[in-house]
Amino acid sequence: MSAAAHSVVAPSTTSKRVAATFVVVYAVISMIPLFWIFATSFKTPPDSIAYPPKVLFTPSMEGYCNLFTTRTRQTPEYINSLPPATSFCDETTRKRNMVIAGPSNFLPRFVNSLIIAFGSTFCAVFLGTLAAYGFSRFKVPMADDLLFFILSTRMMPPIAVAIPIYLMYRELGLSDTALGMILLYTAVNVSLAVWLLKGFIDEIPREYEEAAMIDGYTRLQAFRKVVLPQATTGIAATAIFCLIFAWNEYAFASLLTSGTAQTAPPFIPTIIGEGGQDWPAVAAGTTVFLVPILVFTILLRKQLLRGITFGAVRK
Amino acid sequence: MRGAETPETMQDPSGKPVVTDTTSSILDRAAEAAVRATPDNLATRVRGLSDRMVAWIFIAPTMLLLLAINIFPLIWAIQLSFTNYRANRPNEEVKNIGLQNYSRILNDHDTWIAMQATAHFVLWTIVLQTLIGFTLAYLIDRKFRGHAFWTTIILVPMMLSPAVVGNFWRFLYEPQIGLFAYVISFFTGIPPTEILMLSSVKLAPWAIIIVDTWMWTPYVMLICLAGLRSIPDYIYEAAEVDRASNWRQFWSITLPMALPFIMLAVLFRGIENFKMFDMVNLLTGGGPGSTTEVASITLKREAFEKWRTGFSSAFAIILFVAVFGLANIYVKVLNRVKSR
Repeated sequence: MSAAAHSVVAPSTTSKRVAATFVVVYAVISMIPLFWIFATSFKTPPDSIAYPPKVLFTPSMEGYCNLFTTRTRQTPEYINSLPPATSFCDETTRKRNMVIAGPSNFLPRFVNSLIIAFGSTFCAVFLGTLAAYGFSRFKVPMADDLLFFILSTRMMPPIAVAIPIYLMYRELGLSDTALGMILLYTAVNVSLAVWLLKGFIDEIPREYEEAAMIDGYTRLQAFRKVVLPQATTGIAATAIFCLIFAWNEYAFASLLTSGTAQTAPPFIPTIIGEGGQDWPAVAAGTTVFLVPILVFTILLRKQLLRGITFGAVRK
Repeated sequence: MRGAETPETMQDPSGKPVVTDTTSSILDRAAEAAVRATPDNLATRVRGLSDRMVAWIFIAPTMLLLLAINIFPLIWAIQLSFTNYRANRPNEEVKNIGLQNYSRILNDHDTWIAMQATAHFVLWTIVLQTLIGFTLAYLIDRKFRGHAFWTTIILVPMMLSPAVVGNFWRFLYEPQIGLFAYVISFFTGIPPTEILMLSSVKLAPWAIIIVDTWMWTPYVMLICLAGLRSIPDYIYEAAEVDRASNWRQFWSITLPMALPFIMLAVLFRGIENFKMFDMVNLLTGGGPGSTTEVASITLKREAFEKWRTGFSSAFAIILFVAVFGLANIYVKVLNRVKSR
């Protein structure tokens, strides 16, 4: 192949093949840990700690049973005296000489995650849309300084913020409450929301609102009926980013919640069985926890770049 | 679609079509708007707030929230940093001890060890992620068939919760039963019981670097990819005409033009990893001893295990200042990238 035939604009077939090979190899290797989480969630506890690690195994739902229940050890005589097992989980538990004692804390923690993530996302996007519109359309004195201030709040180390927040919440009775966590996550997310949404609203031509206002709309009506419908994609993308942050957050959750308002991330590492961490149950919890994010990532892939750079880079 | 519309009409807010093409109708509408606007002053004032008012009503709630949740606690922390307050003993007398906390932190040997651990972590994660991330972006930019699909696959790890996934890496790192130890021993022949990723002083810092690199290389890759795609084709075409070699093109076109994007990625990762807490806390908790005790872990141990609230507030303020400095540089770079 001559040098002139090659052009970076249209890379040669060989270079494409080499590139494809490397990229695919990287992608496959980087997927192994996630595949392993998924696989482990369907293993029995003995299979999960076998050496060498088992790639082929008989799938079992035991991890999921253990994730949602708490169990107590019983004598074989006691188990035999019980009426026949009614569910699959009952049966697997009894085979290990144990009896289901009740539901585990996973479900309430998962529900907490849902409430706090959706609640804070709604508040952050609501406040963020208003503020972004304000910054985008009006001459706000010291706008650049205010925007920088908004951004800088996101850059503070979470533990450093958590110390005074812990004291403040203790005084106000907000420690370990869903309301406290929603407020905190809203404050963290609103900075992202303002920056992202300002970019999206900047892209909507002002002429649309001006035309509407000449037609007799007030500023607020123009905002509601002209700008908001145009910004729907941007608002949706921003909401998903806020949701992912609140869903994944661990530092604040582990320090400021301990019981009633605890979310799933600090809870999952504490799932233990007899003699240490119950890895299939942990893997099951992790899988249940990660699936929504996988779906969102695929939905978001076109806006991803913008979201992770606070709107600094656009495609 | 456009052809189907009658060119002379458009919808007005009330929904009825009005003729806009003629001068008279424009005058009519202007007159109508004037009539609507003039007589009832009060109604306009309530419904149509002045732009200045709207701006403040829109921005104020966000500012108030940030003042309450970020600035007020920050001021509180500054005040506490000059005291010997301990949050677990609220009834004890609080003494003002001036700058003692600060001088103790800056002269404390342990602080510098924590800072060294942080620097080691930040430096190596940035080096590895930039190298691998840029290479991947460069390869993906060859636009082979299916590159969009594989890009999405590669992006997945960075969207996941560092805490939950980091916790699972503990299992992968288990010397006896973990997949990681098995794979390493399979290729090197070292017995898996000797691969103590999390409990050996030598390996633990690398264990957290590996997980962070696995997670965040896609992030750097995505930003680099945007940088590579921002380079217009005609520059390469001109270089081809000048018979510049591929090597030459890479060093004088590709790299310089993608550099602002690479810097942006580096700064973002730098700030994020400087305040890294969740993944490290779950993987090693700062151990063994304090080999992986990055700044945030030290802070957590001081504040929530030893309950030296005053002391840890001072430490937090020092970290604030450092991050604020980084953030400042970041915004400058960001503006330069944007103005390109």
